Amino acid sequence: MEKILINRSGYRIKEAKILRTKKMTETEKLFEIGLADGDSLDYDPGQFVEVSLFGVGEAPISICSSPTKKGSFEMCVRSIGRFTSAMHRLEKGNEIGIRGPFGVGFPVRHLEGMDILMVAGGLGIAPLRSLINYILDNRRDYGKVMILLGCRNPKSMLFSDEVDGWGKRMDVNFNCTVDKADPDWQGNVGVITSLIPGVDINPEKTYAVVVGPPVMYKFVISEILKKGIPDSRILVSLERHMKCGLGKCGHCQIHDIYCCQDGPVFFYDRIKNLKGAI
Amino acid sequence: MEYAVLPKSGYDKFISFLAKQKKLVAPVYKGNNHYAFEPVTNAEQISLSYIPTILPPKKYFMPQYETLVEYDTHEGQNMQAVVELEDLILFGVHTCDIAGIQCLNMVFIDRPRDLNYLIRKNHIIIIGFECNNYCDSDASCGLMDTYNPNGGYDLFLTDLGDYFLVHISTHAGEELVVKSKAFEDVKPNHFEDLKALRKKKEGIFKPEVPVNRDDIPKMFEEGFDCEVWEEIGNRCLSCANCTNVCPTCYCFDVKDIPNLDLKTGKRIRIWDSCQNEPFAKVAGGESFREKRKDRKRHRFNRKFNYPVKRYSRFFCTGCGRCTRVCMAEINLKETIVALAEQTGYIKKSAKQEVK
Repeated sequence: MEKILINRSGYRIKEAKILRTKKMTETEKLFEIGLADGDSLDYDPGQFVEVSLFGVGEAPISICSSPTKKGSFEMCVRSIGRFTSAMHRLEKGNEIGIRGPFGVGFPVRHLEGMDILMVAGGLGIAPLRSLINYILDNRRDYGKVMILLGCRNPKSMLFSDEVDGWGKRMDVNFNCTVDKADPDWQGNVGVITSLIPGVDINPEKTYAVVVGPPVMYKFVISEILKKGIPDSRILVSLERHMKCGLGKCGHCQIHDIYCCQDGPVFFYDRIKNLKGAI
Repeated sequence: MEYAVLPKSGYDKFISFLAKQKKLVAPVYKGNNHYAFEPVTNAEQISLSYIPTILPPKKYFMPQYETLVEYDTHEGQNMQAVVELEDLILFGVHTCDIAGIQCLNMVFIDRPRDLNYLIRKNHIIIIGFECNNYCDSDASCGLMDTYNPNGGYDLFLTDLGDYFLVHISTHAGEELVVKSKAFEDVKPNHFEDLKALRKKKEGIFKPEVPVNRDDIPKMFEEGFDCEVWEEIGNRCLSCANCTNVCPTCYCFDVKDIPNLDLKTGKRIRIWDSCQNEPFAKVAGGESFREKRKDRKRHRFNRKFNYPVKRYSRFFCTGCGRCTRVCMAEINLKETIVALAEQTGYIKKSAKQEVK
């Protein structure tokens, strides 16, 4: 068996360095990453990268920062398996590999001039934060901005400093809820679907963006449809195991769609008839 | 020169010549009605009359285990992408298996391209061999229309009695023909023989299942919730035999194999299977094809429906391997018949038995 060396492989990684880490909750840690060559990663809000640690493997992780932030990008990682727990052991100065960005992110051009209702459940805030910050950095190009956030309990709230800031901004309508309160919590208690009936929207000019755990979509989308937003103006970001990121390995396939290349962001009308998609 | 004649008396000479050029791989009898593509050096080792080999020639194009990247973490995350390849002549490939290679070509040339596959494939010469009759009753090449040659080879041999008529499709193929000095010029009567064979074959190869091929994707679409999936899902053992032997199954896993120093190692690709339960599982624990029926249905749709949308071709070649290896006796033709009955796509006029 002969072996030849190639440069243009899809499996080639970009060397990168951890510039900063921040423990966010018991299970989530934020990583700020800079590419070794000093370039900014060229990505859209909602895209993901494959993070590589040689000897451990690779995992798809969504980018949680906005591309308007130059020089570095951020990922919020939940420690849940072998790869992510290895990642949690890394600190500032450690090197990692990056492939990507991959896939189709949020269609920010379609959203321009429109009102945007963004709904995030749990870790769904990570990919959605890339869009939220993108919109806030280009605030005058968008209509009304509404953010609804749900998480299990107050302690599991991610990006809580930023979330407080959203709550205080006059150009953002913000609301959040927890499934289970603790004694200090003064906000809403209940599932995220309970927040939707209360929002004041103009269905003629609103896009809804929904990101959360798989179980959340059906219920949230049904509430959004009740508000009169058509399914062609609902965007979802689907979670699958994007192993190769190149539309080949088959792990992330939903019917004839490869989530890693055709998604992870989809217009709801594209996938609503694909059984098992949500 | 598009055609040449290889007299049977020159066959041994041609094979010995091929074996001297490059590593020659051909169907070899392994006992118990099993055949495998293996390296050979002379004609005696080759079984030209064979039912589809245990593994299709896919194993040379997309090896079960291949290195994608070599890494060294002594200082940072250093890596070198590699392609493992071998100059090969694949001899005696049936038209169904050539169709399988054509399917894989489409997948790996689709952007973003897979250079490991594309570079490797250019080091393999394909010499096809025509089936004059069915290999066995598990094949469905009549339905899939893969029993006649349809490109994808360098040379293609048809057995016409005391000689092989050889279609020369590429320059690389022509070189072999010229250099081997085993060939004769083609004469008009040779084409008449070929025409007669093809005509005879039209009477032999018929759709094995009474459905219109063009209706199949629609039938799978409409039959998504049919009982047949439950029925075969209940029998399926999730052993992944069917995906391993399929000439068009290409799903894989990517993982790291560290060396003993734990600093260097390689990132490899190995065959994986959508029939394994963890295949569509995500880190959070959700499994998107948790039940066997979900996974069986997914695999069938990946042969008869989804690739038609994506690549405009069926990814079933009718080779019959999945039926032959299934320990639960899940039969491809019976499954399609059941689906056709449950969706109403079975041809009413043709109340023929499944062959």
